[in-house]
Amino acid sequence: MKPFTYERAKTPAEAAAAVARTPGAKFIAGGTNLLDLMKLEIETPTHLVDIQDLKLDRIEPTSGGGLRIGAFATNTATASDPRVRRDYGVLTRAIVAGASGQLRNKATTAGNLLQRTRCPYFYDPNMPCNKRKPGSGCSALGGYSRQLGIVGTSDACIATYPGDMAQAMRVLDASVETVDPQGQTRSIPIGDFHRLWGDTPHIETNLRRGELITGVTLPRPLGGQHFYQKVRDRASYAYALVSVAAVIQPDGSGRFAVGGIAPKPWRVAAADAAMPQGAKAAAAALLAGARPTEDNRFKVPLVERTLAAVMAEAKAA
Amino acid sequence: MKFDQPAGTNPIDQLKVVGKAVDRIDGPLKTTGTAPYAYERHDVAPDQAYGYVVGSAIAKGSITRMDTADAKRAPGVVTVLTTLDVAKPLPNGPQNTATLFGGAAIQHYHQAIAIVVAETFEQARSAAALIRTEYTRTPGKYDLAKEEPHAPLKGGSSGEGSSAPPIDRVGDFAGAFAAAPVKVDQTYTTPDETHAMMEPHASIAAWSGDRLTVWTSNQMIAWSKRDLAKALSIPPEKLRVDSPFIGGGFGGKLFIRADVVLAALGAKAARRPVKVALSRPMMANNTTHRPATIQRVRLGANRDGRLTAIAHSSTSGNLPDGKPETAVSQTKLFYAAPNRETYLKLAVLDLPEGNAMRAPGEAPGLMVLEMAMDELAEALRMDPVELRVINDTQVDPEKPNHPFSERHYVECLRTGAERFGWSQRNPKPAQVRDGKWLVGMGVAGGFRNNQLTKSAARIRLERDGRLTVETDMTDIGTGTYTILAQTAAEMMGVRVQDVNVRLGDSDFPVSAGSGGQWGANNSTAGLYAACLKLREAIAQRLGFASPEVAFADGKVTAGSRSATLKDAAQAGPITGEDGFDPTDMGKRWQQSTFAAHFVEVGVNIYTGETRVRRMLAVCDAGRILNPKSARSQVIGAMTMGVGGALMEELAVDKRFGLFINHDLATYEVPVHADIPHQDVIFLDHPDDKSSPMKAKGVGELGLCGVGAAIANAIYNATGVRVRDYPITLDKHLEKLPQVA
Repeated sequence: MKPFTYERAKTPAEAAAAVARTPGAKFIAGGTNLLDLMKLEIETPTHLVDIQDLKLDRIEPTSGGGLRIGAFATNTATASDPRVRRDYGVLTRAIVAGASGQLRNKATTAGNLLQRTRCPYFYDPNMPCNKRKPGSGCSALGGYSRQLGIVGTSDACIATYPGDMAQAMRVLDASVETVDPQGQTRSIPIGDFHRLWGDTPHIETNLRRGELITGVTLPRPLGGQHFYQKVRDRASYAYALVSVAAVIQPDGSGRFAVGGIAPKPWRVAAADAAMPQGAKAAAAALLAGARPTEDNRFKVPLVERTLAAVMAEAKAA
Repeated sequence: MKFDQPAGTNPIDQLKVVGKAVDRIDGPLKTTGTAPYAYERHDVAPDQAYGYVVGSAIAKGSITRMDTADAKRAPGVVTVLTTLDVAKPLPNGPQNTATLFGGAAIQHYHQAIAIVVAETFEQARSAAALIRTEYTRTPGKYDLAKEEPHAPLKGGSSGEGSSAPPIDRVGDFAGAFAAAPVKVDQTYTTPDETHAMMEPHASIAAWSGDRLTVWTSNQMIAWSKRDLAKALSIPPEKLRVDSPFIGGGFGGKLFIRADVVLAALGAKAARRPVKVALSRPMMANNTTHRPATIQRVRLGANRDGRLTAIAHSSTSGNLPDGKPETAVSQTKLFYAAPNRETYLKLAVLDLPEGNAMRAPGEAPGLMVLEMAMDELAEALRMDPVELRVINDTQVDPEKPNHPFSERHYVECLRTGAERFGWSQRNPKPAQVRDGKWLVGMGVAGGFRNNQLTKSAARIRLERDGRLTVETDMTDIGTGTYTILAQTAAEMMGVRVQDVNVRLGDSDFPVSAGSGGQWGANNSTAGLYAACLKLREAIAQRLGFASPEVAFADGKVTAGSRSATLKDAAQAGPITGEDGFDPTDMGKRWQQSTFAAHFVEVGVNIYTGETRVRRMLAVCDAGRILNPKSARSQVIGAMTMGVGGALMEELAVDKRFGLFINHDLATYEVPVHADIPHQDVIFLDHPDDKSSPMKAKGVGELGLCGVGAAIANAIYNATGVRVRDYPITLDKHLEKLPQVA
């Protein structure tokens, strides 16, 4: 871990300004991912701006009938909030499928959106990795890639966004609220928040330098049945091989996003539209253009089968 | 004490304390976080500095240059020592091959190449990243499947006692197999595995002149002392090794590793005590691992199920001069058949050193043999329990005049079948559904030898009437403290709480140590011998000449005379010291332990995920000294078996030559949610050929066969046979039955 300086900002705009003016600065919320990466010197911030005093931990209704979840709300607080449980069950289910109770007590909304990939080559500083060291190459291509992406990846990187929470937010059409160093706010649809890797896999989101996430807004409730099915090699405490977040209406229409397969929560309008025709059609639309490796080719049928499981459960209920 | 004939009746047979489910006497220390593990022994030496180990970034080649200038200048750095500062590789102990430190040559990824010593851990780690190393890479061999076809034959020993000559033949295998009406001939694979114990390798070293003390985490104190003295070229008598608490080892701590060597070298260079722990990401590649195997089993049987021909071969890889994984050992002994053939092949690989991991040989060997038996049962249309019963043997099948000391494998199978509800199993696969789950049951046999070895101890009656036990025996989480206290209490007629047990110090008498499930029986037998000496000494001190001296309720009684133990020690402490010497008892009889494992699994018909629903192990392992700690050993081993069957695999990057999933996020072991229900039954068959304790090992038996029972249950659930471990969902997903 490199030595770093630390401050606790007083307002969101001040925090944004502090990061913007200090080269190598980063925000820190729960630190459940950042600190691990700092110990391995995969992240080497020179300065940390802590957002814990910014009162960004609230969960409150919006005027539009939705719900706003603060950037600093813990995963545990969000998942257990009665309004989330009642109206946005997919979100509660996704969050509790991730990590462990202890980690969810520390992990936050903003931090979870910014969780970095769990590609093993990203984690070993001796291995070439375009995400960790741009231009060094991608070791995962041609290497051990069982856990990695099959769609939306590039020749420079086949890593995945590893989180669970964001898959549910994608299905709910959430928006990411931010403030910039000038105090200007904006709202980024979650589908536009994460970037595909392309030639620049080290740039993972469309946030600008110093731009601070202040919260995530969920639109008014969708109704329907909510599902989050996470497939993994052990029963708990593992990243998804594939996960399906879905909201299904009584008429069989619905929407779904899939985790564990792409640089971002993977949702495709044509796939949503194909849901009434069944899992095969919907999964085919979702995975159009997929480029799996030999190691992770199984994810293609696994997506379809997991979606089929969710649809069968919806039908049975 | 020479043990050269079966044990007669002795004080242990009273079973007033031994054989009882006594709580662990070290439990309160562990549950309150006050047990002194190596890295936290802040009190043993003043002014400890922190060492951080740097691992090689390449798998094979040599170092051409190391620039440590920036690291040496970094804040808090006391000293930096590189492998180039040591002219040639430090000499290894007899059971190891990989270089622990020294010289420019790189044999494997994450080989230790430097230690940075600093005032704080963070400073040491930060400075370590500033060392710049230049390498010349040499092409290496990392792909076992590629090397397997031309790998040479090799005999070998597991380092934990299992061994095999290069090729072992009885009768005419080829002829009998060709003539057999029912056959199985399949190839199976098991992956590389890492021990993944909670406590990493950790040591503190302090020099006082030319004398060195190391506080470390190690299973085998005498081996450590021998090997560390050799590595450092110091006389063994100048070295003290202390390891009273160990946070798991599973064979990964049978030998010294880079942590203790570099703590010692770092302390010398820094001229102050140095502590070192290996970081988690270094543990998979810097230390040892269980090697992967490619195994072929051929079974030929008559239509009644009797085996006529058994062949088992296994290929593993290791560094040059390394040992094979002895995966065929159990096949020599487990089932009767007149025609047999077993052999090992060993390829040279440039991966880290393969070596012992819990039940080396038997663990991967039984995962395969017992799956093949399931396949044979199906080919015969025979119940897999009955197939095993009909092929039981009471003698070593290779040497018919060499009987087992005790063997109750059939009783394990019958008892387990009854208790588990085996008769409810549908022999036709893929027939049982519970919602989205395909449900199946599987059985497999477990086998692991009971190894006899010398073990010594000292016991002292203190002035206050309490007893102190001292032996270099270790407790690796197994319950050794407690069973030694029980043994002393039984022998001396006191309560467990009157016994103080001190372990893991090389100044104490040399014990069996912890490995190969030999610890419990041999170390308690050594203490038994010491207790006999103490009983004599006490009787003599009291002037009780009668041969019939009884020790009970804190008193010594001979005829009408009686005294308390405290009275006996009034004139000063009394010591008894002796050891257990098993002579050739382990050779005169084949001494082994047996188990039957029963497992029910559910396989998600959509996703292919396997979840274990319930497990039962029935164990035949002699007298059980403490049913509570023994049960804990077995359920822990069963849990490890779930890992081996369903998820554990070190992923080899065949280009860079390393295990790439080198942390606990990517190398998955079971979590609580994977283990819903476990049951253990111990059969009560004391073995008088094993020791005066009549006990045997149990810690590895619990793992042996579990993986196959799970694999067989999966097959029963799905009808898809996966012969490559671990059985992850991708291996059967697209062959699963259609969702109805």
